Amino acid sequence: MHREAKGYARSDGRIGIRNVLLVVYLVECAHHVAREIARPFGRQGVHLIGFPGCYPSEYAARMMNSLCTHPNVGAVLLVSLGCESFDRAALESHVASSGRPVATLVIQSKGGTRKTIRTGRRWVKETLSRLDSVRRIPVRVHDLVIGTICGGSDATSGITANPATGLVFDRFVAEGAACIFEETGELIGCEDVIAARAITPTLGRLLRDSVRKAAKYYTTLGHGSFAVGNAEGGLTTLEEKSMGAYCKSGSSKISGLLKPGDKPPRGGLYLLDIVPDGEVRFGFPNICDNAEIAELIACGCHLILFTTGRGSVVGSAISPVIKICGNPETTKRLKDDIDVDAGRVLDGVASLQEVANDIYELTWRVAGGAQTRSEALGHQEFILTYKYFEPAGPACFPVPSEPQ
Amino acid sequence: MKKRVYLQLNPADNVLVLLRHVKAGEPIEIGQQRVVMMVDLPLGHKIAARPINVGEQIIKYGVSIGVATRAISFGEHVHLHNMTSNYIPTRAP
Repeated sequence: MHREAKGYARSDGRIGIRNVLLVVYLVECAHHVAREIARPFGRQGVHLIGFPGCYPSEYAARMMNSLCTHPNVGAVLLVSLGCESFDRAALESHVASSGRPVATLVIQSKGGTRKTIRTGRRWVKETLSRLDSVRRIPVRVHDLVIGTICGGSDATSGITANPATGLVFDRFVAEGAACIFEETGELIGCEDVIAARAITPTLGRLLRDSVRKAAKYYTTLGHGSFAVGNAEGGLTTLEEKSMGAYCKSGSSKISGLLKPGDKPPRGGLYLLDIVPDGEVRFGFPNICDNAEIAELIACGCHLILFTTGRGSVVGSAISPVIKICGNPETTKRLKDDIDVDAGRVLDGVASLQEVANDIYELTWRVAGGAQTRSEALGHQEFILTYKYFEPAGPACFPVPSEPQ
Repeated sequence: MKKRVYLQLNPADNVLVLLRHVKAGEPIEIGQQRVVMMVDLPLGHKIAARPINVGEQIIKYGVSIGVATRAISFGEHVHLHNMTSNYIPTRAP
C-alpha cells in the first residue's frame, strides 16, 4: 500500500508537511522586535528563529540559507538592526530565488521599535493570506526526510525508545525515505559497528574519522556529551550512553555522511556529523538538544523522532517533534508531553515492534497535519550558535554500487 | 505478564539492568541464586550478574562499556563508584 499525505509544493521540487511563516532576527539586538512581530500569530503557524551573534559566521549564514528555504517554510520576514555583520541582502536574495515571499525590515532605517513592529505585523498578516494559495500535492515516502535525536536519556532509552526508533528507521529506509541520525560524540565506542555498515569502505573510513574527531574534540574540552541527568538515570559512561543511542539508527546500511546544511541526495540512512572541524574554537559542539535539532532541520528533516527517558518537553520551530519516552514512570508524570509510550515494553504490555508500528503510524498522521504534543503545547524552540565546518567531500556521498 | 526485576540485554553481559526500583534488604532471584540488595536503587541502574574483578571489562549490549575500578560482588550496584570509562571519564554528579 502506498502511503501519502497532503503536502505543500516548493519550487525546488521538495514537498513540505507544514507551511510556516518564519520571522528571523539577524542579531540579538533585533530579537525583541522580531518576537513582538511574531507574538500575535504564535498559533497561526508563525515561528520565530534567529542568530544572536553580531560577528560574521559562515556557519550561521549557511544554516539560515537552509532553514529559510526548508520545505516546511512558506514565507520569511527578516529583521535586522542595521549594523550587524549578518549579510541580510544575500539571505533575502537566496529566499527570493526559491520563490517564497520574503521581506527585510531594518530597525535603524525603519525608525525604531514601534514602527518596525507595526510594519512587520502588517506584512505577516498579508502574507499569511498569500500562504493559503500554496499548491497542495501528495507527499510520498521517498519525499520524506526524517531525523532522530535522543535527549534527557536514561538507561531505559537504550532498551525501549531507541531500539523501537531503530525499527521505524529500518522500515522507512527500506521504503525509500531518507533518515538521519547524528551525535557522533555519542557514538564513541561504536566506531567498528558503525563503519561495518557503510555502503563503501571509503565511507566506512570517513565514519570512523568522524567519531575519532568527536573523541578528540570532547577530550580537549575535558567533558563528554554526558549530563548529570544521564548518570542519575543509570548511565555510567559515555560509551554506555553511545551504545544505547546507537540503537536509534536501526540496522540499515549507512549511505552517507552529512554536515549541517547538506541534503541527503537520495533515500537511505545518513549520519550527520555535528562536531566542528579544526581546533576547539567555540566550546561545546551543541549546547543543548535544540541546537542539534536545528542542524537536522537544516539537512531537510520534515520531522524529528525524539527519544527520551528523563523527559524532554521541547518541540522545535519549523519541523514537528514526535516525543517517544522509554521510561514508564516519566510517561505517567509527563503524560501531556509524550506522544508515544515506549516504556510499555518494560511493563511487558507491548513488544518493540508494536511500539515501532505506533511511531510509524503517528509519523504519517503528523505528516498529514496532525499536531504532536509539543506542537499543540506551543513549543517552538530554536538555538543557533557559532560553529565552524569544512565542506563535506564527495566521498561522503558515495553512489551505491550495483549488486554483484 | 508478571513484571521482571531485571533485563539481561545480551547473553555476554556481566551486568543486568533493573526494570523497577529495588529496596535495601529486598531479595532478588538472579538465575538460580538469591541475593539481597544492599541499597535502594532506581529503575535503569545496573547490578552485577556475577562477581567482577578490578580491571575487568564491564559488558553490556555485548560490548565493553567501561572497566571495573573495584572488586564487584554478585548483585552489587555497578556505577560511577566502581567502574570508569575507557574513553572520557564521566564527571560524577
